[in-house]
Amino acid sequence: MTRRILKHIFYALIPALFPFVFGMGHAMADDITYLDISNPFIRKTPLAAPRFKLFTGSDSEKEDAEKARGILKDALDFTGYIKIIDDRSFMAEPAEDGITKKSLHFPDWTGIGAELLVTGGIKLEKDRVRLYMRLFDTVEKSLLAGKVYTGHREDIRIMVHRFCSEISLALTGKPGIFGSKIAFISKSGGNKEVYMCDFDGNNPVKITDHKNLALSPAFSSNSEWIAYTSYHRGKPDLYIRNIREKRGAIVNKEGMNISPDWHPERFELAASLSFSGDQEIYLLTGKGKIIKKVTDSWGIDVSPAFSPDGKRIAFVSNRGGSPQIYIKSLETGELRRLTFKGDYNTSPAWSPNGDRIAYVGVQNGSIDIYTIRVDGGYPVQLTKDAGDNEDPAWSPDGSMIAFTSSRENGVRRLYVMTAGGNEQRRLLKLKGSQMDPDWSMVSK
Amino acid sequence: MGKRISVHLLTALLVAGLFFTVSCGKKTVVSEPEATQVETEQGAEDTDTGMTEDEMTDAEKEKQRKLEEQRLEEQRKEEERKAAKARFVNKKIHFEFDSSELTSKAQEILKDKAEWLENNRDESVLIEGHCDERGTTEYNLALGERRAKAAKEFLVNMGISESRLSTVSFGEEKPLDPGHNPEAWAKNRRANFVIK
Repeated sequence: MTRRILKHIFYALIPALFPFVFGMGHAMADDITYLDISNPFIRKTPLAAPRFKLFTGSDSEKEDAEKARGILKDALDFTGYIKIIDDRSFMAEPAEDGITKKSLHFPDWTGIGAELLVTGGIKLEKDRVRLYMRLFDTVEKSLLAGKVYTGHREDIRIMVHRFCSEISLALTGKPGIFGSKIAFISKSGGNKEVYMCDFDGNNPVKITDHKNLALSPAFSSNSEWIAYTSYHRGKPDLYIRNIREKRGAIVNKEGMNISPDWHPERFELAASLSFSGDQEIYLLTGKGKIIKKVTDSWGIDVSPAFSPDGKRIAFVSNRGGSPQIYIKSLETGELRRLTFKGDYNTSPAWSPNGDRIAYVGVQNGSIDIYTIRVDGGYPVQLTKDAGDNEDPAWSPDGSMIAFTSSRENGVRRLYVMTAGGNEQRRLLKLKGSQMDPDWSMVSK
Repeated sequence: MGKRISVHLLTALLVAGLFFTVSCGKKTVVSEPEATQVETEQGAEDTDTGMTEDEMTDAEKEKQRKLEEQRLEEQRKEEERKAAKARFVNKKIHFEFDSSELTSKAQEILKDKAEWLENNRDESVLIEGHCDERGTTEYNLALGERRAKAAKEFLVNMGISESRLSTVSFGEEKPLDPGHNPEAWAKNRRANFVIK
């Protein structure tokens, strides 16, 4: 268990910002999965997050306490599977009466419908903050997760999100989306550039400055690299760059070098190149050297998407007369057509669980996002009557999908929804138009 | 204006000179044995020398008129060349949705372009393929490339050297018409031609 948490922590955060962490109590995530977040008809679990206990009682401590609680509520609310209970219905004050199991009276919480309870304590000394966080199952009267975090005041957001990952781990068996990043394209200035933001749309930053046209950003599996297409040299070339350091590679073969997707485990990526005179999908090293040709068919072959085990690739081909999604095994070469409904199905994204593929389908002129089981079956429509909807990208835990929609005034912007298509909402507010999100797979 | 007059004077002088040379040439013909020819030529020379001053001016005016005609003809041709170039640059070919097939209208336009390329062998051309906003970014990049390549292949089959033709796709990134309606989409599904 400790090892698992440590591994998770390693992946979840930027090392330079790590506060210390201590385990406290026993999480039970290994044994029980409380929530199946891939269930499209999931019922929201009601959770209470009352005010935090103050240890020194200073004004700035109180300020930080409310800030931390706000971040906690926003993050849990964002998931789409937790319902935050209104403060006004609370019948108890753990901030005064105590935040530990022995001082809590659980019927106070089950009485208002809270199935989960998060208590917090905060101690601020100079600029160092210590957060005592606990998650309780009010029905079972048990502690599901307990952690103490210490760090700089400025890192409260990171500390709270780490506890949110603990909550997710306890409830779903997965660390969730907290701490993951979303890369996207924004035309906030005159040009399309690559941007990055937190999972919830906070802290957007521009990471390219080509002053030209950039498209299709894709995170490597460890989130250290990003690949994208840029017209920096006048035509679509593939740029592979390290996010933190100034190094990388450019694939600028004749024709187009587009639509990258990273291997889920190795420093390799798939992309569509047309130097042969025909568009085909190739497997490349992280340095841009060709390992092998994946497709071999006259016509368009584009938009590869790896399966989470890296053994198969879903892609778009018009070999059958219209753009459809196909799946090819990298081991056996076996090829299968996945989509049959409609004559325009593109942009596949393989779910992290491996069981579904999200894609864009055009039906009666309406562009929407669908999911379909990998073994085929009937597609499920997730967006409807709300502008054009494109570019689906799964969250690392498979609970959510980020996408582009023109539903507000015809301007393309980023949205998120649950994997079942519920809770559709704007991800972030930025000037201009945004598109093409890719969600980092940081949490493993 | 002054420049043009001096050009005219110069040409007039040259024409006069030419007459003189022709006369000289004719004189050499005189030495030829065939009498009839000699007579005719001689007669011709006589008419030349027998010109009145007024007649000279008329002839000159006639020459000038012809020169002016010539100049206008040149100008017309130059304008035609410019128009052909403008047509080459401005005239786009259009495609059906999700198609890179050349319509018969597109083929007509491409034949015209092939003719221009044939007449302007120093020019190289970049063919840009574009799509409408419907469909997805990456697929449209691929489709745009196929549109540009279809146009290139047609021109190569018309005898234009492949080395003069290059292609690039912009997918749906550079719409001509920013509208979200069938008219705008039709305008945006295109290949256009840029002289490099």
